[in-house]
Amino acid sequence: MTPAIRVEHLTRRFGAFTAVRDVSFHVEKGEIFGYLGANGAGKSTTIRMLCGLLAPSEGDAVVAGHRVSREPEAIKWRIGYMSQKFSLYRDLGARENLEFYGGAYGLGGRRLRRRIAEVVELTDLAEVRDVPTGELPGGIRQRVALANAILHEPEIVFLDEPTAGVDPVSRRAFWRLIRHMAEAGTTVFVTTHYMDEAEYCARIGLMVAGRLAALDTPAALKRRHAPGTTWHVEAPAILRHLAALRRLPGVVEATAFGRGAHVRVAEGAPTGEAELRAALAAAGVPPTLVEPVAPTLEDVFLAVASADEQAAGTAAAWEDPA
Amino acid sequence: MNAPAAIEVRGLARAFGEVRAVDGVDFAIREGELYGLVGADGAGKTTTVRLLAGLLDPDGGEARVLGLDPRDPRVREQVGLMPQQYSLYGDLSVGENLHFFGRLFCIPRAEYRRRVDRLLAITRLGPFLDRRASALSGGMYKKLALAAALLHEPRVLLLDEPTNGVDPVSRRELWELLYEFVGEGMAVLVCTPYMDEAERCHRVGMMNAGRILDEGAPAELVARFPHETFTVEGGAGELDAAARARLHPVLEAAPEVVAASPAGPTLRVVVRRGAAGALAGRLAPLGARLAPTRPEFEDLYLARMAAGGAA
Repeated sequence: MTPAIRVEHLTRRFGAFTAVRDVSFHVEKGEIFGYLGANGAGKSTTIRMLCGLLAPSEGDAVVAGHRVSREPEAIKWRIGYMSQKFSLYRDLGARENLEFYGGAYGLGGRRLRRRIAEVVELTDLAEVRDVPTGELPGGIRQRVALANAILHEPEIVFLDEPTAGVDPVSRRAFWRLIRHMAEAGTTVFVTTHYMDEAEYCARIGLMVAGRLAALDTPAALKRRHAPGTTWHVEAPAILRHLAALRRLPGVVEATAFGRGAHVRVAEGAPTGEAELRAALAAAGVPPTLVEPVAPTLEDVFLAVASADEQAAGTAAAWEDPA
Repeated sequence: MNAPAAIEVRGLARAFGEVRAVDGVDFAIREGELYGLVGADGAGKTTTVRLLAGLLDPDGGEARVLGLDPRDPRVREQVGLMPQQYSLYGDLSVGENLHFFGRLFCIPRAEYRRRVDRLLAITRLGPFLDRRASALSGGMYKKLALAAALLHEPRVLLLDEPTNGVDPVSRRELWELLYEFVGEGMAVLVCTPYMDEAERCHRVGMMNAGRILDEGAPAELVARFPHETFTVEGGAGELDAAARARLHPVLEAAPEVVAASPAGPTLRVVVRRGAAGALAGRLAPLGARLAPTRPEFEDLYLARMAAGGAA
């Protein structure tokens, strides 16, 4: 089967700065593909190239059967794109926004009415379809933006941080929609900073400073990049005592996690529950909880990002110049 | 021994036309305390912050910041504000933005140097002094906005969703930074839609429709949680995507279930206390079982909102 997206050595430079460097991967049809990375790691630049909005400096990509280098216009009709700063007419309701965007995509008459009815139902906007979008809460506005992006029945949708600033209930509703779309055959390419959401993706690409530093299923990424034992530790004011934990033999990482910390210890190292408890007790904060936990994608993200950062010797990460 | 309240709010209310954005809110924040207001967009968090920053007039109740009305100019000097939207000059560099805020607050030159050096070291923005603010990545912009809000060393800091769009590494750094200042006695109010951040606060107020529904230390709120939390497992532990898709609607329809949601390779379910046996019986013929797990703050929030979010 031809993949929905095939990326080959894609590179984009802005002056002396290389935002995306020699990136290659493919995305299957109907797959939910997560594209992760720090602010400025090159995620949005990649998306803009794949949507035909920005020409690559080198390399190429085939999106929905068209090369971004040669047929960027053809791509625009076959994909949907929800950008970080999606634009809606704030004084218009959802339905009017959809009518406007439908017109821009050449939809009209019966087909446009049918599609509006479909996406309004899918995104659960019936009750608010005539409320000016500027008066809607962010979680609902995001669903309006999604409805706009999928109105013309694209084969692939690109969602750039669709849930930034959205509360857990709305985020779950939004991800349910994404899954429904994928089940119906739409390919979903999504970026997020929330690692619990990344778990819903079939595969994940992790960008660090313009490079694709890791690419695999969530389970395989955890096996490979967070080996050893991850401990969940809770103690009073634990954030002030992370340094003490980092000094223990074999501790690869000690970072804030929820109301405690995650401490990852290398395979075979002589640091276990007793040693963690003793170290915190010696620091004057006996822990209230020390237990082994399954590593999360956040642990993977931190491991990959910090390894690559050290390798590159830089913490610099800039957004593309506008 | 109780530290004095840096922020005190009683019956605070503010409406916009028909919408009662803040509808009778009470809370107090001590010096050296990190207090989180958590809730969805539209819950009233931003309006609360704007009332405390003296940018809006209340139409009911009262707010006191360091014992004074927030609109009192003497208070303004003691308060740092990081609004949700852009607060910096995009066409000025990192260094110029800091210099601007230094001049605005009339910080003497030697003192300014000392503070800027410290803030640049903590935020790791030092190498980027000449970069225009508009060219900063999301995480760095937020760190610069925080540095600007901290420059005059306020005793009270108001942060409105400081980490929206910020990657996990920068989020961690931002929080470690906050703890440093709180450790020195600063009172911090942080609004957030993220439950993992709520768990990092000393105390949280869960806000919905202009009211605070629950308040307390995260661990305390979790301990008072009236329901039980489980993960749903298949024969081999994890569930595959097909099993998750099949089981999720079953869980949502089950009367024992308060909230159900995907959690990585499994499903997570909040069950009414004492009803787990009945639910397990429902799941057994489908090849799934319940494994108990510790409730997290997000479970509380989801259960609260599933119950209609009423006070």
